Amino acid sequence: MLNNFPLWPEQASTMARNVDALYIFLLIVTGMMALLIFICLIYFAARFRYRAGVPAEQIEGSHALEITWSIIPFLIFMVIFAWGAVVFFKERTPPADATEVYVVAKQWMWKLEHAEGQREINELHVPVGRDVRLIMTSQDVIHSFYVPAFRLKQDVLPGRYTVEWFRATKPGVYHLFCAEYCGTQHSGMVGSIVVLEPAQYEAWMNGGSTGPLSATGEKIFAELGCSTCHRSDAQGRGPNLQGVFGKPVQLEDGRTVTADENYLRECILDPGARRVKGFQPLMPTFQGLVSEEQVNALVAYIKSISQAPPGEPAKASASTATPKAKPNGSQVQ
Amino acid sequence: MPDSSSATGLHTEEHNPALLHHFADPEQQRDAASLGMWVFLGTEIMFFGGLFCAYLVYRRWYFGDFAAASGTISMAYGATNTAVLICSSLTVVLAVWAAQTARRTLLITSLILTMLLGLVFLGIKGIEYREKFTEHHVPGASFRFDQAIPGHPGQYANPRHAQIFFSLYFVMTGLHALHMIIGLGIFLWLLTMAWKGRFTPEWHTPVEMGGLYWHFVDIVWIYLFPLLYLIDRHP
Amino acid sequence: MSMPTAIPQPVEREDYLNTKYGVWSWLLTTDHKRIALLYLLSITFFFFIGGFFALLIRLELLTPAGDLVQADTYNKLFTMHGMVMVFFFLIPSIPATLGNFLVPLMIGAKDLAFPRINLLSWYLYIIAGVMMLHCMLTGGVDTGWTFYAPFSTNFTNTKIVEAGLAIFVVGFSSILTGLNFVVTIHRMRAPGMTWSRLPLFIWAHYATSIIQLLGTPVVAVTIVLVAAERALHLGIFDPRLGGDPLLFQHLFWFYSHPAVYIMILPSMGVVTEIIACFSRKRIFGYSFVAFSSIAIAVFGFLVWAHHMFVAGMSVYAALVFSLLSYAVAIPSAIKVFNWTATLYKGSIRYDAPMLYAFGFLGLFTIGGLTGLFLAALGIDVHVTDTYFVVAHFHYIMVGGAVMGYLGGMHFWWPKISGKLYPEGWARLAALIVFIGFNLTFFPQFVLGYMGMPRRYYDYSHMPEFQILNVLSTAGATVLGVGYLLPMVYFLWSMRYGKPASDNPWNAAGLEWKTASPPPTFNFDEEPVVTWEAYNYEELDAPHSQEVPVAR
Repeated sequence: MLNNFPLWPEQASTMARNVDALYIFLLIVTGMMALLIFICLIYFAARFRYRAGVPAEQIEGSHALEITWSIIPFLIFMVIFAWGAVVFFKERTPPADATEVYVVAKQWMWKLEHAEGQREINELHVPVGRDVRLIMTSQDVIHSFYVPAFRLKQDVLPGRYTVEWFRATKPGVYHLFCAEYCGTQHSGMVGSIVVLEPAQYEAWMNGGSTGPLSATGEKIFAELGCSTCHRSDAQGRGPNLQGVFGKPVQLEDGRTVTADENYLRECILDPGARRVKGFQPLMPTFQGLVSEEQVNALVAYIKSISQAPPGEPAKASASTATPKAKPNGSQVQ
Repeated sequence: MPDSSSATGLHTEEHNPALLHHFADPEQQRDAASLGMWVFLGTEIMFFGGLFCAYLVYRRWYFGDFAAASGTISMAYGATNTAVLICSSLTVVLAVWAAQTARRTLLITSLILTMLLGLVFLGIKGIEYREKFTEHHVPGASFRFDQAIPGHPGQYANPRHAQIFFSLYFVMTGLHALHMIIGLGIFLWLLTMAWKGRFTPEWHTPVEMGGLYWHFVDIVWIYLFPLLYLIDRHP
Repeated sequence: MSMPTAIPQPVEREDYLNTKYGVWSWLLTTDHKRIALLYLLSITFFFFIGGFFALLIRLELLTPAGDLVQADTYNKLFTMHGMVMVFFFLIPSIPATLGNFLVPLMIGAKDLAFPRINLLSWYLYIIAGVMMLHCMLTGGVDTGWTFYAPFSTNFTNTKIVEAGLAIFVVGFSSILTGLNFVVTIHRMRAPGMTWSRLPLFIWAHYATSIIQLLGTPVVAVTIVLVAAERALHLGIFDPRLGGDPLLFQHLFWFYSHPAVYIMILPSMGVVTEIIACFSRKRIFGYSFVAFSSIAIAVFGFLVWAHHMFVAGMSVYAALVFSLLSYAVAIPSAIKVFNWTATLYKGSIRYDAPMLYAFGFLGLFTIGGLTGLFLAALGIDVHVTDTYFVVAHFHYIMVGGAVMGYLGGMHFWWPKISGKLYPEGWARLAALIVFIGFNLTFFPQFVLGYMGMPRRYYDYSHMPEFQILNVLSTAGATVLGVGYLLPMVYFLWSMRYGKPASDNPWNAAGLEWKTASPPPTFNFDEEPVVTWEAYNYEELDAPHSQEVPVAR
């Protein structure tokens, strides 16, 4: 028990350093404020203890003091707020070319699927130095994907995607926790993030996969008959999905939305909600007919057909491997 | 021991002397009662406010589906109920005035009329609920909804979102009806007291407080009616 | 005559305790002082129930493996610990006991504005308590006290509706208390008792009551929606129907954040009174402290979503709530500075109430400062839903609110019971509580930053967390002893304690100008106030007379 007595979590991601820096700043600032108050308390308590014949001095107050000790803490708080906000923005803004991993949480396990097709349960293998973007949803209740060593956490909700990202900086195995109470085995919903050197990661990846996620999606797309209406010419009864991901879409009710993962998911499960302008409300809903993993695969496929063909620079929005490209380390930015 | 006269010699009521004893004078007692009732109504506003919040969020997201669902509840019944409640607020005002001016008959009549109108309201609500039941619009396993979105022929509303409308409809109007029933209980008590001649121009605080409560229940309905019944209706 | 549930007194003088004996004279009382004692018994009972659950939790966490209780049991334990402590102890604690007892006395009134509603609020508390006990004994709830949807609406098999109903009823009790206080403070102040002469205890309770009135109904309707969803399969929060689980969180936290101010504001009021008395000085910056109470109440309603920074809200919403959360910290900081400044050039005594006040100042400062960490978005992402949050709120609620509560109980015990508690034991208990508390909860800050999540009954994957957990459990046992001691000696003092004079502390305030214990209608004649609050200069003047009160 005493051998292993750490007091600080490892730093294993780029964000960890930012978060720790702010934390240390806060420790110092609040430590100083606490020390100041405690010193005053102890000193006053001792210096002004009751002595016979020495009455207390009635002091009504001091506007100057009140203003001072309102404004100075306020300014300090604003600094903390701003710094915290900056760190938060970074935490919430995935880099453009991040590799994507789809996560499905359920009571009480994590199911992960790499864009290249590898599936994992309760474990996530990633290479050092690569930006990884997690696209997460839950099959049942709210969970939360928490990796203390990366200082990152994001609730995983049923019915929609939430996103978080990281770049690991140190090979090793790090705890993955569920951080939103989700029932009986909430504390059993624990796993590992396995960060490997790029070469080892390649080796691991080539050790068996069912093909890229987008290929699975392409199959499902055909099996479910989506291509009947969503043709790649202008004749289809549904919008052409080539190149749609990440682009603005004009809706029937006049609004414009960006076709992101959540929009694509909604179109599959609730097609009438935000219908594309100029198309009839003909698409049936697939709620109950497709699993979360299948939805993930379809979304991955639609993203893949928004890519430039191999050989041209990838478009800004996504960088899943297309079905034709071979996964290789040099793809990494 | 019962305190039957104050310094001015007026008859200051009170079947319960303890009630007056901790107050300095009748004004303070009446002011306290009045402030208390207004504060209580403030809490009721917050109570219904949470529901209105949930309603507004979903209405914004699923406007078409809500419009379709709203189209299936009877505007005629709703409007009638609105008229009924407004009339009942009039009878409440009459009751208060009657108490203030020692008109016992008018007071009793107004109280009875108010209660009758309240019962009419509840009766119509009952008819509406039954209608929803037979149309399978009650949320749950047997919920079914096949209406088109108004103004978009051929496009059917999402039944799941329509179910959310009806969930809110039943909870909101149900809680309102519950408050109505409580109001009827209060007015029954007021009627009993009025019958026994307990109210005088000097003291009729329960009538005023009961009236405030009834007006509040009325106002909640005035908000509920357009929000629930009149989504996207066109002449 | 039937025998004493009241305290045996040499019957020279009639007071509220000996005016009538018998169970029914208590169960049907409308005397705010007796109702306060009824509440005192009830909330103490629930405090020990909640504390018992806490003990089991800490015992389980001694070892990494889940070996004391099963997972489901543990989940019920932390849920019930939270529900009981929040709704049945902390929220009523000071307002329903000290508030009920002192508000009329402090403003010179004979009773609260609505004595029968006061009694009703106690009965509602009891009814809710019985429901909650029944719920716990027949299976309990396992959602966490926050009962998030959709787990609570669609997935758990435990008794949500019953627990929800119990909380609904106790919430109504809380609303009625708040209503009584607001009307009383507005309408029943004695002649000459202007707003600026009110003790800051009253200002604190006024602000608390505003929160109770405006916030509790929202959680009440949220409970109604959850219960309806479970019982009637509605689907308002069910994503499969297009419902939004985040809507639940917004509605829930809209009350539950202000609720924490309900829990701390009265304690701040108590501490203010104690510091003034034991420094023999008027509080430094009276108006600032008064308005800070109101500011906390107002701002407290604007920050709820800082519980939801990682819940799936937009970045911009998160920014707004983070900014506002720093704003709400300012009035609390102002109060801490004013209390500290009050000590300056005071004449300080270290009686037990003052020791609790010092404890409050230290622990509330730490708890409040750690709130700054949580309000910082970048850090909150890492520490939310970990033991860091658990430590933060226990520092405020236990280190703050409970210390204030105990300090107040000691300060006003002579007034309430007419007896003096044993000072030596009281100081010892204060020390034990302070030490035990820090040992229990400080390690949890470290655990939280290291990443130990909340609500984990088994941490066998992370054995490195064990030593800090062991420290925490050790502290909890010490803390438990510290809480038991006052129980014992307060009871002892009721029989064997020295009789107290009207004003054993020579304190300012109208409550000290009447007998200990007070007569049923508080004052023999209505007081007329012609002096400012905290008139310690007059009280301590050599050969001082009591400032004349119309008697």
